[in-house]
Amino acid sequence: MTVSRSRRAIRAAALLTVGLVLSACGARVDTPGGGGAAAAPSCVDTSGSEVKVGFLNSRSGTMAISENTVFDALSLAAEQINAAGGVLGKQLSIVAEDGSSEPTIFAEKAQKLIRSDCVAAVFGGWTSSSRKAMLPVFESNNSLLFYPVQYEGLESSKNIFYTGATTNQQIIPALDYLKEQGVTSLFLVGSDYVFPQTANKIIKAYAAANGIEIRGEEYAPLGHTDFATIVAKVRDAGAGAVFNTLNGDSNVAFFKEYKNLGLTPDAMPVLSVSIAEEEVGGIGVDNIVGQPVAWNYYQTIDTPTNQQFVEAFKAAYGANRVTSDPMEAAYTSLFLWKGMVEKAGSFDVAAVQAAAGGVSHDAPEGTVTVNGENHHIAKTALIGKIGADGLIHTEWTSGAPIEPDPYLATYPWASGLAS
Amino acid sequence: MDTLVTQVFNGLSGGSILLLAALGLALTFGQMGVINMAHGEFIMAGAYTAYVTQNLLGAAGLSLLVSLPIAFAVGGVLGVVLEALLLRRMYHRPLDTLLVTWGVSLVLQQLARDVFGTAGVDVPAPEWLSGPVEVLGFSFPRTRLFILLLAVAAFLALAAALRYTALGRRIRATVQNRPLAETSGISTRATDRLTFFIGSGLAGVAGVALTLMGSISPNLGTSYIVDAFLVVVVGGIGQIKGAVIAAFLLGVAQSWIEYSTTASIAKVLVFALIVAFLQVRPQGIFTVRTRSLA
Amino acid sequence: MSRRWAVPAAFAGTALLLFVVAPLALSPFRLDQLGRYLCFAIVAVGIGLAWGRGGMLTLGQGVFFGMGAYLMAMHLKLADAGPGGTPDFMALISSDGVPWWWEPFRSEVVTLLAILLLPAAVAAVLGLATFRRRVRGAYFAILSQALAAAFAILLIGNPTGTGGSTGLSGFRGFFGFALADPANRLVLFFTAAGVLLVLLALARQLMVSRYGELLVACRDAEERVRFLGYDPATVKTAAFVVAAFTAGIAGALFVPIVGIVSPNDVGIVPSIGMLIGVAIGGRTTLFGPVLGAIAVAWAGSTLSEQFPSGWTYAQGLLFMLVIAFLPGGLASLAWRRTRPARPAAAAQPVPAPSGGS
Repeated sequence: MTVSRSRRAIRAAALLTVGLVLSACGARVDTPGGGGAAAAPSCVDTSGSEVKVGFLNSRSGTMAISENTVFDALSLAAEQINAAGGVLGKQLSIVAEDGSSEPTIFAEKAQKLIRSDCVAAVFGGWTSSSRKAMLPVFESNNSLLFYPVQYEGLESSKNIFYTGATTNQQIIPALDYLKEQGVTSLFLVGSDYVFPQTANKIIKAYAAANGIEIRGEEYAPLGHTDFATIVAKVRDAGAGAVFNTLNGDSNVAFFKEYKNLGLTPDAMPVLSVSIAEEEVGGIGVDNIVGQPVAWNYYQTIDTPTNQQFVEAFKAAYGANRVTSDPMEAAYTSLFLWKGMVEKAGSFDVAAVQAAAGGVSHDAPEGTVTVNGENHHIAKTALIGKIGADGLIHTEWTSGAPIEPDPYLATYPWASGLAS
Repeated sequence: MDTLVTQVFNGLSGGSILLLAALGLALTFGQMGVINMAHGEFIMAGAYTAYVTQNLLGAAGLSLLVSLPIAFAVGGVLGVVLEALLLRRMYHRPLDTLLVTWGVSLVLQQLARDVFGTAGVDVPAPEWLSGPVEVLGFSFPRTRLFILLLAVAAFLALAAALRYTALGRRIRATVQNRPLAETSGISTRATDRLTFFIGSGLAGVAGVALTLMGSISPNLGTSYIVDAFLVVVVGGIGQIKGAVIAAFLLGVAQSWIEYSTTASIAKVLVFALIVAFLQVRPQGIFTVRTRSLA
Repeated sequence: MSRRWAVPAAFAGTALLLFVVAPLALSPFRLDQLGRYLCFAIVAVGIGLAWGRGGMLTLGQGVFFGMGAYLMAMHLKLADAGPGGTPDFMALISSDGVPWWWEPFRSEVVTLLAILLLPAAVAAVLGLATFRRRVRGAYFAILSQALAAAFAILLIGNPTGTGGSTGLSGFRGFFGFALADPANRLVLFFTAAGVLLVLLALARQLMVSRYGELLVACRDAEERVRFLGYDPATVKTAAFVVAAFTAGIAGALFVPIVGIVSPNDVGIVPSIGMLIGVAIGGRTTLFGPVLGAIAVAWAGSTLSEQFPSGWTYAQGLLFMLVIAFLPGGLASLAWRRTRPARPAAAAQPVPAPSGGS
């Protein structure tokens, strides 16, 4: 009978496996040289006239909606840098990879870009899960990632540069703005995941310290589409304003419901931190006009640098395209890397890290400066209102660039948040 | 009292949305046994039909009404094409229809991304549907009232068609005993195709209604498909009225649990309730007794 | 090659490929990738049994996969934090310390036992509950799909306990061994390969056993099995439990190999994704699901590099065409070519009585 034979073969295979596991033991976590300290030497080739950089964005799947725009902005920056003579005289050669909207794929593709393609730096990622998945890859290979999206803070890695806002450059200025407007009570609405949950913790701590009452806090599962109950709760609570950290399509359902129940921005404004120019069209301008949002960049910023950026972008991708905060942050990140490399005079990761602090760039959003300690960048907070044209117009600014503080260490009221 | 009225209304409204999404499925899944995962994408097609219609007609107040029959036709034609190309040869393998149509839904979603772009689009609600209407001191959104009426109308029309028309009699006969229906001279092929046309057409209508509630994006369908199937499962196969009761029950349950807990917990609890319910009535609320052994 | 040698030879060939050829021919990066595919192949072994042989279309394998993965990830996080320590992500978003239901998984033994037993136990309860009440076919498929949706929602909504939407990541060690060390990664790959072979052997034993024939009988004519005095619910539950068991183990291996687990790996879409390979490879065969799973995962990473949107079309079309026109999967093509005399053997492993012809 074949059964007994195959059983024997299987037993042999199993024994072989156990033997291999026992014999081929590698480094223990606690032994020196283990634990990722000994990264393989970098394979980046800078001898030719070109240097490779990696773009890692979701080109397929649910996140492609957002991440394609970042990819476009990165490509534009690379073209402009190449047209102006490249970085240290070398032309950028782009290796583009698709993260497929899945964190595991991001980790895998990051590994490929670093080890197989030998890129000097990687630009991309959007969701926090994709960043968290890539972080160990960049740390163990000692390579560089430029991450362009505002996020929940509480992170800093010497291998990641965060060119979007951290919480004290977006959430806290938004609260300052609401406070200045005389808002004394808030209702918190968010999607049920990490960013809103963390943001709301910060908001509640801020509110407690500033005498703002929190009238309610509601979370909807990602992709939730029926907001009747939540909006009814918001209406009945009658807060001075709503702080909205909903994500993606949920915003559309929320604002349609909000308008249909007869709630208006004058009576109860909804301040959003995840709605940029890209999203306004899908929500419908009618449903959201007059509502405030918090970012660090709007297409309407009236500076020559921004006008050039917007014009170049529209020329490259079509006049109906808009530019938004994450796109601008991605666009700027490539220039910041260029600045770091040129200051270091080398593409070497350690040299770039050492040179990073104080590197500054005249970006479309205004002047930004890299913080050498936490690898975030100082940027100006802007509160805007959505206009009838579908664009966002600045209402209020923090005046000067705000130093990044991902752990909120300089805010006494936030001391209880992170232990 | 305020809360009671509001939540009952919200529950009924949520139920009516579920019902619109599930009514077509109750026909194609309930009556024909085809598990059409692309039903969600037919809903999406209906929503984009509303968008295109509005762009062609301008934002006139009537474009929404005009797009209802067009979306019915668009959904129906998609359904018939699917039936003719793939499902026709698979009626004896119902589980496989689930997988085949899932492949179809992947392709349709990507197609929508490539045609309409990945960003969502908007169909503004017409003037006569914007804002709330005041009744006895309570305010109800006009859009939700409209959807409630539409869902009830769609159900009544379907039920009447099944009950009183020759076509309806043919459909019921085919469902209850296919060989006997065939022997009695009913063309089961034509009946199947027509049933599929109506079921998929209803998905298109649901899509138009959903433009009033949420976003119109390529993954619109995925948000509704699982809930819609649960409605049919709870309602019981072979009876349209089961789907109605199930949809309103689930809608009210979801809205009440959501009010007292959170939306996430409500979703999970509703699922737990469904599993518990199927322990008591494994065939759903209503069942059609058949003599088949399978 | 005679039939009696075919299966042992296939096992030996697979072992040779995985243990000798792959480590020599592939770069460490590609080997890691193959390791991930092997995890999906392990899930596929169980699905092949439950779906191919048992006719239970489980659209919720992501749940069991996720259980194994999260159990392992919790242990790795706790081990990284050291005795009595709090995992880094938890310390950042909450000051409550480690939740009580994490504590048992500080122990390696408890974790391993939980990985082996918990998914199986949950499957046993769910299986008995549904199959005893004769919930089957499409009902079962849809319920299992809703289960996957509910599981993902629970994970996302509970960030202090599960890392929420970002999941758990950033593991440094694996039972005391440094994950970054290439030698340890090779061992991990061998472990996955070994587990795959062992589970394949287990599946084969089940398929050729009396139980395997009963399972197929349940798939093809459940009522008749009942009339013969067997309880189809128990038979089907057993296959469902084995499928959950393999999925749990695959999840546990997935975590150290990939370095992250998040709700993206367990919801509706990944759960259906786990079926694609099985369907394309040939659901009723032993090796078909495994080869199919590896091939689809490989095609996914390779083709999506070149044609991001093209891959989605290809995936959908492949699924449509194979299931509609080639329900036996690609394995049925090979079967037809080598064994023209018994074309339906794969679909009907119980030979019909020959009747003296």
